[in-house]
Amino acid sequence: MVANLADVTPGSKVRVVEIRGGLGIRQRLSCLGIHPGDLMIVQASGIMRGPVLVSIHDNKVALGRGVASKILVEVIN
Amino acid sequence: MRIALVGQPNCGKSTIFNYVAGYKAITSNFPGKTVTYSLSKVNFQGITSEIVDLPGTYSLTSFDLAELETRRYLLREKIDVVINVIDASLLSRGLELTLQILELNLPTVICLNMIDEAEAKGIIIDVDRLSQLLKVPVVTAVAHKGRGINQLFETAFQMGQNPIRGKIFTFSKDVELVIEELRKHLEEKKYAQKFQVTERFLATKLLENDQHFIDEIKKIDTKFIKKVKDYQQQLEEYRARTSDVVISSERHHLAMDIYESVVTLAKPRVEIRNYLDNIFMHPVLGYISLAIVLYLFFHFVFYIGELVEEPLLAFFYQFLPYLEEKLNNNSLIFYIASGMVQGLAGGIAIVLPYLVPFLLGLAFLEDTGYLPRIAFLMDTFLHRIGLHGKAIIPLILGYGCTVPAVMATRILESERDRFISSILTTMIPCAARITIIFGLVAFYLGPEAALLVYVLNIIVVAFSGKILSRLLPEVTPGMIMEIPAYHIPSLKVLLAKVWLRMKEFIMVAWPLLIAGSIFLSLLKYWHLETFINKLISPITLLLGLPIAVGVTLIFGILRKELSMIMLVQALEVTDISTVMSATQIMTFTIFVLFYVPCVATIAVLIKEIGAKKTVFTILFTFFIAICLATATRLVY
Repeated sequence: MVANLADVTPGSKVRVVEIRGGLGIRQRLSCLGIHPGDLMIVQASGIMRGPVLVSIHDNKVALGRGVASKILVEVIN
Repeated sequence: MRIALVGQPNCGKSTIFNYVAGYKAITSNFPGKTVTYSLSKVNFQGITSEIVDLPGTYSLTSFDLAELETRRYLLREKIDVVINVIDASLLSRGLELTLQILELNLPTVICLNMIDEAEAKGIIIDVDRLSQLLKVPVVTAVAHKGRGINQLFETAFQMGQNPIRGKIFTFSKDVELVIEELRKHLEEKKYAQKFQVTERFLATKLLENDQHFIDEIKKIDTKFIKKVKDYQQQLEEYRARTSDVVISSERHHLAMDIYESVVTLAKPRVEIRNYLDNIFMHPVLGYISLAIVLYLFFHFVFYIGELVEEPLLAFFYQFLPYLEEKLNNNSLIFYIASGMVQGLAGGIAIVLPYLVPFLLGLAFLEDTGYLPRIAFLMDTFLHRIGLHGKAIIPLILGYGCTVPAVMATRILESERDRFISSILTTMIPCAARITIIFGLVAFYLGPEAALLVYVLNIIVVAFSGKILSRLLPEVTPGMIMEIPAYHIPSLKVLLAKVWLRMKEFIMVAWPLLIAGSIFLSLLKYWHLETFINKLISPITLLLGLPIAVGVTLIFGILRKELSMIMLVQALEVTDISTVMSATQIMTFTIFVLFYVPCVATIAVLIKEIGAKKTVFTILFTFFIAICLATATRLVY
């Protein structure tokens, strides 16, 4: 099932399918180790459309709601 | 010999730097606090060398200002040895930068820092194998304990004497083909020499759509950029992905390959800190714990300050009657002497009691790694005022000192966000203004009144943010921020950091306090202060403050704490509550809190956002100060 990261419930394991949005956002995500094909776990989601916390490659990264909604992921379980 | 420390944000470069150079660079547990490089001549193990601590950078493709600074330094300055510091617990990601550093073809030593953290996570690294693969020496270290630093620098010195260049890794064949073609064209044009990089490095960066290089070449050769675009398109056709993604994915895969061949995974150690975020970043518990943390912080500062302030003030003021007795209280010498006592007393008894516990508390929060959690919690609210979560970091640092806080706005990506948060940062009560809030409002009107000032301040900052982002409508790029692991701060580092920040107060502010005090005494002696007070009387009258307060407002622009210390002297009393009503004390504090940033802040604002925007900031804050202080006069 493909969804955007902002809509995934915390606790899910996901695989990055596609990163939409401009060059800036793609490059900054790739710097933090987020590329298409990578696995991540959605850890928490802030209240009132707050940011999403994911763990990727043994590291935690906070993504603003706008950024998260540009990342298409496939929910694995 | 010049040695540069290069690595990703929060990997411990500044910790290593401080270990060899003495505590000179502020270290904290959040990514991106080093925004400008520091350089130090160091005599280590009998060899004199110059060590440069560069801002952390995730990659050598340019985005934010701090990263650009690092790249500029690496490309332009002569560097004998690069020490590439990697956070061993984030090895795979760190290697992506390492691959790019090796492409620069400079003598390189790799430092696997925080090796203990990696082991706790169950990442066991075969150091020899890594060294063989990269063809450069690899040294392990735990920088905050000083472990491995000697060996690191020994290795670096050897490298400086017998330079070795590491392996340059190649990508997949189809990608290499395109890089090679572009490289040949670059060779003809000699652009690589212009930027002092290798042709291969430049070719890869151009394919990655590196804005800086593309813009520079566009200025002189638009035809060439067309060619670059053709090659980018070729890559896109091969892989059905944009060219920047192709290159970064290639690098990512190379790094993962190296990582997999040198790492064996063990079971991670079970640690309490792994579970802390279940509370601190929880949608509900997170905010409750934030409130508790801030409440404790506030009380810690107030409690210690109050404990010390009163006896110290009493101690100093016993000298004044003594002076009056000994010296003719109309003589010039009496004025000078009493000015000096006032200045000394202000520094020791009013500023220090609050400044020291405050800085200690702030250092503690910084080093544990709690600040990025606050950024996470506040993101949604900051969005409402047109910024994003990361902007909270300069704002929090603003409670310490506005100058580094304005510099910290560089961690924000867009120019508009930097401008707005710079203005907001100047309105946050810095340590100097905190001493005013504590020494005046909390001392005379009680801690609840001081808390009220803080709450009001936050509301005003939020409203100002809202107004400014309405004036400058633009969608903020959104937050992408690393959340580092928690660390237990070392007391030694905390004290060193407090001392570094205190030194600034003792060396710069205190002499100024004493000089200002004496100067004010002299103004009084010659009856000149009435003239200045008259000039400022439109403001003091509007705010319903005693006319004599006017001159202190001028001093406040030099240093914020001056305005309170001068107040004691200008009113010629030791107990301010005898001449100023509660309303007047509140009005004065509110005005001083917001009006015109201090001289040092103005200087750094001009550097960071330019003269025009600085003038706007001054007018904006002054306008807010007048409105709020007038309102306070009428309401409080």
